[in-house]
Amino acid sequence: MKKTQHESTTNLSRRRFVVGTAAAGGGLALGFNLPLGIDPAAAQTVGAGNTEVNAWVVVKPDDTCVIRIARSEMGQGTHTGLAQLVAEELACDWNKVAIEPITAGQNLARKRVWGEMATGGSRGIRISQDYVRRGGAVARMMLLQAAADQWKVPVGEVTVTDGIITHPASGRSTSYGKVAAAAAKLTPPDPKSIKLKNPREWKIAGKPMKRLDTAPKVNGSMVYSIDLKLPGMVYAAVKACPVYGGKLAGWDESKVSRMPGFSGVIQVDDATVAVVANTWWRAKSALEALPIKWDEGPNAKQSSATIAAHLREGLTSNDAFADINVGDAPKAIAGAANRIEAVYSTPFLSHACMEPMNCTVRITADKAEVWMPSQNAEASLAALSTASGLALEQCQAYNHTLGGGFGRRGGTQDFVRQAVAIGRRYPGTPVKMIWSREEDQAHDFYRPISQCKLSAGLDQNGNLVGLHIRVSGQSINAYLAPHNIKDGKDRRQLQGYWPEPGDAQIGYTVPNLRTEYAMRNTHVPVGPWRGVNTNQNGLYLECFMDEVARAAGKDPLEFRRALMKNHPKHLGVLNAAAEKAGWGKPLPAGVHRGIAQFMGYASYVAAVAEVSVKGGEVKVLRMVLATNCGHAVNPATIAAQVEGSVAYGFDSLQSEITVQDGRAVELNYHAYPIARLYQLPKIETVVAPTYDFWGGVGEPTICVTAPAVLNAIFAATGKPVHTLPLKNHGLRIV
Amino acid sequence: MLINVNSKSYDVEIEPDTPLLWVLRESIGLTGTKYGCGIAQCGACTVHLDGEPVRSCSLPLSAVGNRRVVTIEGLSPDSSHPVQKAWAALDVPQCGYCQSGQIMAAAALLSRNPKPADRDIDEAMTNICRCGTYQRIRAAIHMAAGSDKGGGSVIHMAGMAGADASAADRSTEV
Repeated sequence: MKKTQHESTTNLSRRRFVVGTAAAGGGLALGFNLPLGIDPAAAQTVGAGNTEVNAWVVVKPDDTCVIRIARSEMGQGTHTGLAQLVAEELACDWNKVAIEPITAGQNLARKRVWGEMATGGSRGIRISQDYVRRGGAVARMMLLQAAADQWKVPVGEVTVTDGIITHPASGRSTSYGKVAAAAAKLTPPDPKSIKLKNPREWKIAGKPMKRLDTAPKVNGSMVYSIDLKLPGMVYAAVKACPVYGGKLAGWDESKVSRMPGFSGVIQVDDATVAVVANTWWRAKSALEALPIKWDEGPNAKQSSATIAAHLREGLTSNDAFADINVGDAPKAIAGAANRIEAVYSTPFLSHACMEPMNCTVRITADKAEVWMPSQNAEASLAALSTASGLALEQCQAYNHTLGGGFGRRGGTQDFVRQAVAIGRRYPGTPVKMIWSREEDQAHDFYRPISQCKLSAGLDQNGNLVGLHIRVSGQSINAYLAPHNIKDGKDRRQLQGYWPEPGDAQIGYTVPNLRTEYAMRNTHVPVGPWRGVNTNQNGLYLECFMDEVARAAGKDPLEFRRALMKNHPKHLGVLNAAAEKAGWGKPLPAGVHRGIAQFMGYASYVAAVAEVSVKGGEVKVLRMVLATNCGHAVNPATIAAQVEGSVAYGFDSLQSEITVQDGRAVELNYHAYPIARLYQLPKIETVVAPTYDFWGGVGEPTICVTAPAVLNAIFAATGKPVHTLPLKNHGLRIV
Repeated sequence: MLINVNSKSYDVEIEPDTPLLWVLRESIGLTGTKYGCGIAQCGACTVHLDGEPVRSCSLPLSAVGNRRVVTIEGLSPDSSHPVQKAWAALDVPQCGYCQSGQIMAAAALLSRNPKPADRDIDEAMTNICRCGTYQRIRAAIHMAAGSDKGGGSVIHMAGMAGADASAADRSTEV
């Protein structure tokens, strides 16, 4: 790109990014349901002189269109994508768009006009798209009406392009900025009169627009929650009992009370102690010097070995429930000409967000404020209210751009509760709590550990006649949301194997198919980890399919295709990946391919990996990943998410959290390897939308990354990899 | 203790064993440099010390001496350093948290090796990015070096057979 172009882009982007941490507050309780269709007509505010056309759109006199955004931005690009959708319907000048995040308090005060704020499950775009597009369309209709009223002509005679309204019959024109104040006073149109654009005719959405939030991320000016500065602020470092379920038994403050900047030691909750000082480094140094006694409790006896044995028992136990039970899979397999069986396992994994958990609070007798990196600002506000004992209306939550989320900063809000417990002891004083990396690794809500036993039967022609999948492992719902488990059946742990279409459907038709889950919980906290259970389940099924294909003497792609005739969208995206990768075409000596497909978050995905293996060194040379996410709002941010999912998938190949003496062992990046630049292959993204549904983007492609690589390793070595991480097999990604 | 940061002299009163990272963030108030791991593993805290990249989380203030410290805020006054411009042009950042360190590492690489090969980039760019922006980082370094290697995200827009027959298959590099 030429210099001049770049500079204008940078300057524009800087102006366009409105950091929204200083707006009004409010409060709400947890437990809202997503409104069934938000009525954009109800989104209007009243008040003289304002240019808020409706909740989503404020037009400034200089024609800047400020688009309000409710979802969190953690790098996934949702802010830019949502702005594109509003701007598309608004028909404004994209170069004059600015974005403004709203706060949870604002949303509550206006009866949740912006809908839910939770940002997870790859839902940021797909769940918001309808009402934000309607919000943009209503604003456009009102702006056009205002111009028509001014000119005293029927609104049907005026048109708009890039925010310039014209009346062709008379040759008059005006701009959004000039009529915004008048438009804001109009009665919104009947929602039934809103006609959304055909996505095939999009001009702003559907295009690889540049992100709106890049400029402050290249010069250090983006203020993450961890960077917040408030007058008189004090700092807290915390440590919880390293054994989950253990308790804080005591400490000796006298050993640290004379350290520089020391303020105090606080019991945060029954398992956690904090040191407060006038800088965080001093707080952390004093915490490390503080003698602490723990009552570790019985969980201190747990280890990776005891947990593995517990899960292994679940592979053959009698307490599993069957989700799919078509035909009689055990019988069909027992009577098959050729039987294949394998047991796979995957470890606990941590999120390892680059920005460690942190939170700032300021609490007085009648007001509580929190500044945080949250995937759910409303949950943060509710946690603040509960933990502070103040009414929701007395609480305010200011969300920041997150330094990574990946599922860690959603519903749990443990960081908010901890900070509030500390802040209550410092009334009126802002307290910033930051976790060390070690604390972050030690007290995650980890990706759950699981094992999977798969059995298959082939007939004499190599056709799959029976497939039996038994997952044994820990349940996220049991730990975080037991109410989601119906009749003792936690279907969430079978994500990606579901029979019903629409979200995470299994893509194969097998005459005898049984899928089962045996819940085997541990004492280790678990939660959603980007991609959640599609990652493990995709790996189990897709790696096993390659074993079965090999036993059938068939090409892995052809073997899959034969089972996917009833699943045209799964098949379509598999074919798209295979075609772009050149499946079947000759490769250089020593290079092997692997393929995988799966479904998650309403999107269909597939991947092909090209890999060489030499003496334990695995080099991934190229990956092609295809996604059918229905509608592609921004192909560039989709590609960024796909590339990121390869890195995340690599971590699932090479990382693990093990348990020893009841606690996590891998407490920093030296022991928990995150994918580095040199390890990543050339990545190609195939965006293959079919324009007939809305699917997610942030998560789905992770679940095909690891199995595609593992299947290529299998092709290279002839030995399937059944357990991760790769180092357990003398393999490492170079 | 005196310290020179971004061509300004600061007199900081702090324990001399305090890591430079926390001097920058808490004593001086420059928060563009990030804390990631505290053990020189992730590189989010990378700054320049007399032009050399160092991981400031593991460098005590007492070891800085009179060497010149440059942070992301001092790399250019207006985001005009070639690395920053390439980063913006290719939309490298996702969450952005690691990018100050990535940019400082890349700028140091280019100052000692104006035309780095892929292998040089592999060796120099050991900073962690949890979002996985590596492909665009590599491309942006080539762009900042004035190389015509192009790159960044490779996107194929595919028409799906039977579902969207009208959409021609087209490939672009963004």
